[in-house]
Amino acid sequence: MNINLTIIGQILAFIAFVAFCMRYVWPPILAAMEERQQKIANGLAAADRASHDLELAQKEAVDRLSEAKKEAASIVEAANKRAATVVDEAKVAAVAEANRVKELASAEVEREKAQAKEQLLTQVSTLAIAGAEKVLAAEIDADKHAALLERLVKEQ
Amino acid sequence: MAAAGQEQTVSDYIVHHLTNLTYGKLPEGFERYDGEAVAAGGQWTFAHGADEIAAMGFNAIHVDSLGWSIGLGIIFCALFRWVAVRASAETPSGLINFIEMIVEFIDNQVKDTFHGNNKLIAPLSLTIFVWVFLMNLMDLIPVDVVPELMMLVGVEYQKIVPSTDPNITMGMAIGVFVLMLFYSIKVKGFGFVKELTMNPFNHWAFIPVNLFMEVVGLLAKPFSLGLRLFGNMYAGEMIFILIAALFSAGIVWLVPAAFLQIGWAIFHILVITLQAFIFMVLTIVYLSMAHEDH
Repeated sequence: MNINLTIIGQILAFIAFVAFCMRYVWPPILAAMEERQQKIANGLAAADRASHDLELAQKEAVDRLSEAKKEAASIVEAANKRAATVVDEAKVAAVAEANRVKELASAEVEREKAQAKEQLLTQVSTLAIAGAEKVLAAEIDADKHAALLERLVKEQ
Repeated sequence: MAAAGQEQTVSDYIVHHLTNLTYGKLPEGFERYDGEAVAAGGQWTFAHGADEIAAMGFNAIHVDSLGWSIGLGIIFCALFRWVAVRASAETPSGLINFIEMIVEFIDNQVKDTFHGNNKLIAPLSLTIFVWVFLMNLMDLIPVDVVPELMMLVGVEYQKIVPSTDPNITMGMAIGVFVLMLFYSIKVKGFGFVKELTMNPFNHWAFIPVNLFMEVVGLLAKPFSLGLRLFGNMYAGEMIFILIAALFSAGIVWLVPAAFLQIGWAIFHILVITLQAFIFMVLTIVYLSMAHEDH
């Protein structure tokens, strides 16, 4: 066992290597490892958040869907109701139209009836006058009695 | 394995394996192995044999231990720096993954034991763990390979496991010890003196007793740290050398020696990792104690 200058050399080498390690080796490696740890932690947190978000989105989608269904049902119902009212309205209008047409037609009938009656009366009176003419022959002047007959028609 | 033509005994073989390649200063007038006397003012040279190493005393450097130690330290720094430059928050792969695993392991160890806020402890622990592990790992290279290769290029001795050299292990232990003293004084201030003098008997009359016990306890820490690693690795290396010597004991011993070699090497994989880990953990514990203020 010889203790000699080697021990001094080893102490100096020891100091040098420790100093090198402390300055150029340890900090960058540890910094990289810590950074990676942080990154992984962030990644895991993001994944957690994403799955949570997904859950929320699914729930919202289900909500929206049921809402939409409800809305669709109400729209269909409203449409049905509307259709019913339209049909009712159309019915009422048709009935009214029919009544109006009927009234119009009956008025026309009335009017034509009156006209026909008037015509008939005129013809009857003409016929009566012609008969009376034939009966009375020359005694009766057509022109003289026309006004009289006219007045008679008017009184009818 | 010694010079050509000489019959080599097993003890020569073992001694040769346990001798460091030493570069040092021989004192004036010392008679060298070839009979020449060292000139006035001494001479810096590579030692040849145990006598010359002993004559050099403190003025010598174990070139092999220090060279391998620094070389492995550079490998550690280069490897980890390579990863540090490439490390990013992206998905890591291959080598980067492996290095980050080590770094995380060390970081957890430090966080478990050391509760203060000190930017030095973690990189210090990483350096100690990996560096000591690499130094111990040299133990798994078959004992003859590198020394024989070095002898081919004319290098006489080569001990490739730096942690079997007490200079290396104690050098690191002293480094840790200095840090312990520094942080004790920095964190506790006068409380450190009080800790040395008023423990375990809290009375002024016991100050000398306390001081003696505490100083012994304090000094025991770096010694236990450095000598534990040295002792374990030296013993392990010794057994590798003995097994290697067994190979030359005859053809009958070839198979048992091979099994012993494999078994001890596999067991040693555990030992070298464990010793590196213990050195690191004790460093953290000692420095953590230095930070604790009572």
